[in-house]
Amino acid sequence: MDSNTVISLEKVNKWYDDFHVLKDVDLSVTKGEKIVICGPSGSGKSTMIRCINRLEAHQKGNITVNGTELTNDLKNIDIIRKDVGMVFQQFNLFPHLSVLDNISLAPIWVKKTPKKEAEELAMRYLEKVKIPEQALKFPGQLSGGQQQRVAIARSLAMNPQIMLFDEPTSALDPEMIKEVLDVMVQLANEGMTMLVVTHEMGFAKTVADQMIFMDEGRIVEQASPTEFFTNPKSDRTKLFLSQILNH
Amino acid sequence: MLIRLLNTSNLIVTKNWLHKNLFSSWGSALITIFCLYIVLKIIPAGLDWLFFSADFAYNFQGDKIIDRTFCSRVMFPGEYGACWAIVIVRWNQFMYGFYPVAEVWRVNIVFALTPLALLPLFFDKVLFRKQLIYFTFIFPFIAYYLLYGGPGLTEISTSKWGGLLVTLFLGLTGIIVAFPFSILLALGRRSKMPVIKSISVIFIECIRGVPLITILFFGNIMLPLFLPDGFNVDNLLRGLVAMTFFAAAYMAEAIRGGLQAIPNGQLEAARALGLSYWQSTIQIVLPQALRISIPAIVNSAIGVIKDTSLVLIVGLFDLLGIGRAALADMNWMKLSHEVYAFVAIIFFILCFSMSRYSLYLEKKLKTDNSI
Repeated sequence: MDSNTVISLEKVNKWYDDFHVLKDVDLSVTKGEKIVICGPSGSGKSTMIRCINRLEAHQKGNITVNGTELTNDLKNIDIIRKDVGMVFQQFNLFPHLSVLDNISLAPIWVKKTPKKEAEELAMRYLEKVKIPEQALKFPGQLSGGQQQRVAIARSLAMNPQIMLFDEPTSALDPEMIKEVLDVMVQLANEGMTMLVVTHEMGFAKTVADQMIFMDEGRIVEQASPTEFFTNPKSDRTKLFLSQILNH
Repeated sequence: MLIRLLNTSNLIVTKNWLHKNLFSSWGSALITIFCLYIVLKIIPAGLDWLFFSADFAYNFQGDKIIDRTFCSRVMFPGEYGACWAIVIVRWNQFMYGFYPVAEVWRVNIVFALTPLALLPLFFDKVLFRKQLIYFTFIFPFIAYYLLYGGPGLTEISTSKWGGLLVTLFLGLTGIIVAFPFSILLALGRRSKMPVIKSISVIFIECIRGVPLITILFFGNIMLPLFLPDGFNVDNLLRGLVAMTFFAAAYMAEAIRGGLQAIPNGQLEAARALGLSYWQSTIQIVLPQALRISIPAIVNSAIGVIKDTSLVLIVGLFDLLGIGRAALADMNWMKLSHEVYAFVAIIFFILCFSMSRYSLYLEKKLKTDNSI
């Protein structure tokens, strides 16, 4: 294994009861690499990235993150979750906490950062996502785009080495998508390792090092963006691209 | 002034309101008049019976009432209202049961300190809340020492406790002990660990599937059969345990309802940030779930307060039990209207204030942050 590899999936299989969601998935991500994953719904793309921080458990194969293998060992799971941040489609901000508390909560409880320091940290990340003026509001008072930026800041406050994005813009109104993607592009330019499930092909072309197309639980195609968009190999990929690019 | 009151636009508004709400049709007009008649008939008669024609410590001749024969309404049936002397003369029993009169000051101190101990639990903007919380935690020990006795204080067996003391003791202790217990049960019922899950489910279903009276009887009559000889559990404690179990099972289901309403994404987001199960539960899931369950929890709590009156069947004298004991007294018998009215008023004050508190809490949590 390459010493730069931060995530590796080997022959990963997962079932929901009888339903085979992931079939022999192999993937290797090096430090600083940006991977964009697309595919039709139900293709297993969200499930795959949710396996990487063990929100879902795989049943066969190996997943190694930063040299730690994901097993049922709770200690390993904790180690990996400290290194891996995640942003969800539905934001999943904590509605009973202010924006500032949403961000400072994990540093305070997981990293035992003193409250005052954690709040300063939270403010720095809010400035980074360009909404420091919203610090004292509650998530319900923010627009979708602002909420998703808070969610990104909340993840970043744990200083992760890898960020997982699970359809971060799918629940947003069109005019709010850009403000979230801008933050993600900025993050990519800073060298963050990113796995992004999205159908925002413009974003993919700008930042992706690798494109992955999944269908029916398999990785059907993996290529550089230029190759992927101009010369896709499988018919399934061609069909998918023609559908999402020409609507 | 009068002209301002009779301001035409005001009159029209009132007229419209009356028309819309009370006299919108012949049917509703009839119902309105009927209700008005009932209210006008009942309220003055009720107030008259309760206060204006009632005896308190003295009867209509100005004699101090020492037994039922002195009551105005016993002397002239139908002409006078309530004879509250039964409550006044037996006040100590209603409040403390058979607690020795010389030691009653101990109960009074506990009664006085209880609101102080509850204040920081129920309100978050109390002066010196942090210091008061410490007091809240040591208060049960102070209360135990004062009520039961110990070094320096005469021991008063719980069989002498009664009246409002027992009602509040069972009700408040039951609710406060049952609350954390019910949270654990609700979490246990949703746990993925089969042993914990089955224990919680069996406990909740067994307790909920049985009337409280049965549990009280079980604790009182059956439990001693299972305990080793000479090992005797205090009667009041048995009642308390039964009440607590009962309350915990019901509150657990109320809280489970709240837990189910929290989207899975909340827990996932917390876990993805690296928070442990308990950290996620305490910081993220419970605050939201409890807020949703407030009305149902308070509903159970009010039920617990009222259910305390059932302990009279296992030989404990709560407020109602003491009332019934008073009616059994040859000197005061047949004054049941007064006794039941008094007991009802006390229960109403307790339960109504709880229901008001729950409304306050809901409103406060809603305005605190808009979800």
